[in-house]
Amino acid sequence: MFETLILMLDATMRVSAPLILAALAGLYAERSGIVDIGLEGKILGSAFAAAAGAAVYGSAWIGLGFGVLASVFLAMIHGFACITHRGDHIVSGVAINTIVAGLTVTLSMNWFSMGGQTPTLSGDARFLSVTLPFADALADVPVIGLIYSELLSGHNILVYLAFLMVPATYWAIYKTRFGLRLRAVGENPHAVDTAGISVAFVRYRALIICGILCGIAGAYLSTAHNAGFLKDMSAGKGYMALAALIFGKWRPVPVLFACLLFGFLDALAIRMQGVEIAGIGEVPVQAIEVLPYVLTVLLLAGFIGKAVGPKAIGRPYVKERA
Amino acid sequence: MSQAKVPAWVNLALIPFLNILLAFVVSGLVILAIGEDPIEAASFLIYGAFGYNEGIAYTLYYATNLIFTGLAVSVAFKGGLFNIGGEGQAYIGGLGVGLVCLSLDHTMPLYIIAPLAILGAAAFGAAWAYVPAYLQARRGSHIVITTIMFNFIASSLMVYLIVNWLKEEGRMAANSRTFEESAWLPHLSDILAPLGIDIGYAPLNLAFVLALVCCVLVWALLWHTRWGYQLRTLGTNPTAAKYAGIDTAKVTIWAMLISGGLAGFVGVNEIMGANHSLLLNFTAGYGFAGIAVSLMGRNHPIGIIMAAILFGALYQGGSELAFEIPTITPEIVIVIQGLVILFSGALEHMFKDRIEGFFIRRAVA
Repeated sequence: MFETLILMLDATMRVSAPLILAALAGLYAERSGIVDIGLEGKILGSAFAAAAGAAVYGSAWIGLGFGVLASVFLAMIHGFACITHRGDHIVSGVAINTIVAGLTVTLSMNWFSMGGQTPTLSGDARFLSVTLPFADALADVPVIGLIYSELLSGHNILVYLAFLMVPATYWAIYKTRFGLRLRAVGENPHAVDTAGISVAFVRYRALIICGILCGIAGAYLSTAHNAGFLKDMSAGKGYMALAALIFGKWRPVPVLFACLLFGFLDALAIRMQGVEIAGIGEVPVQAIEVLPYVLTVLLLAGFIGKAVGPKAIGRPYVKERA
Repeated sequence: MSQAKVPAWVNLALIPFLNILLAFVVSGLVILAIGEDPIEAASFLIYGAFGYNEGIAYTLYYATNLIFTGLAVSVAFKGGLFNIGGEGQAYIGGLGVGLVCLSLDHTMPLYIIAPLAILGAAAFGAAWAYVPAYLQARRGSHIVITTIMFNFIASSLMVYLIVNWLKEEGRMAANSRTFEESAWLPHLSDILAPLGIDIGYAPLNLAFVLALVCCVLVWALLWHTRWGYQLRTLGTNPTAAKYAGIDTAKVTIWAMLISGGLAGFVGVNEIMGANHSLLLNFTAGYGFAGIAVSLMGRNHPIGIIMAAILFGALYQGGSELAFEIPTITPEIVIVIQGLVILFSGALEHMFKDRIEGFFIRRAVA
């Protein structure tokens, strides 16, 4: 029983990692007042760029670089539309998701002619699991050994990075001058402007960070979690991250727990396939799969707490002219 | 800046044309980047979509779905609501159609099944839109997020229902049994053949006529009824609508019900008209494509018909193109669709402000 639980938590960590990265990416964007439903597209675009880069240059790190570049580029298109041209944030996000869904398949068919996939990555072209020090030596110690060597050790470096990004984001958002300005821009851009700080510049920087984090999430999918790019491989992770962001009420630590909860449900759904529970019978996998979305809707409806987003979210800021 | 000085054709024709042109230029660059000739690709595409009768019929068949989802998005848009859940509403609408057909096809004739199936599509699609609508109107939850969530919930629900309950016994494929012919919506090929028009095997069916009827009804509803006026007021200025005594919550909910019902009609075309069985993922992105259609069609039924035919032509021409030039995949159409959403939606102010400024200055001078 204990071992099963550890294995499920281990799976939870793997599944949650991209969610955490993407949800934190969304956090930067949305706290600055930019709605970002383009997380999905950025993850998918980065997953393709990372896999393509890693396949061609044989290095997962170069792949990661390409992934981040692609994702930041998409974030800048979003910024150009929403910040510079005061476009609708949702429409821009939908546009980015649509373009990427088509473009990744078009390009991968053309570059690799493998039915929309990239070549299978191996060796240095993938992020392999890292064994933490003494993991093997401690493996036989009861309880702690299992937790340390199974649960904590043996993930790839991007998983650890994802979890490290939570305190880093907390610090950046709440303890730095940039974070204060970022939050202020999302709540009351006019006040920030009056203080002589460029609203547009703060928002662009928030989107760059958003792009970098989504880029890492995408690279994780194609070069760490899987060994290559598959058509539509982001499979709604961006939207689920968005749900986690709302579920965590736009705050880094609650967002982490939302991602872990959603990741755990995912791991549970896989484990519950075909399992009979005494008294209930077989629980349909789909019933567990939809829980993150149902929970988010319930939260938004105000039945479990209340989710209040940044005040100026989704509204373009028009600088007053004399 | 006075709007009145800008000639109407600038807003209705010139700006949409420029946005589309830009989307096509960028798509052309993508085709150039993968080493093919964009002009050659375009000519294959146009021939595939309009060059022969069967191609035209396929174009109109795809356009049927896009008219439904385009109208769905624009009715909500007119009320200032972004219904991004057309995909889920269409999916559940198809369930309504499928259930009617599966339960009545052995006993009832078509002229009873068809109206019931159409009602079923509208009722199921509207019901799926009702919860997000209610939550937006009464509890203030953001409709974009709830409709996205409902797309995923719809998708899981349909997998569960089809795989566990509706799947044909003893078959691997996840779809229901094929309906009896009494539940097949007549194909236009049977109607046009006596007139000497051969459209081959294109699944263009009477749902196309339903789509055109919907356009007329939506037009009348939005511009010639009291409710339509209330909806447009709500969309233009919610505060003014409230002070004018409009029950904004009620208008919001009804707008979403109509929007969901329209999206549900995709099920009529796909399930009853083309596939004759209930299957997984038949919505194939039409719900999202509806956003591009309504943006390009400027939220007006005439514009939506034109935009739907253009995108229908891209779908049909795109598969023809992929056949002629194998290095170009049909997904290029998705790229074009996304670029249209980007240029005529998200970046609409980029040209608009400059061009309007130009005409205003000229009018003043």
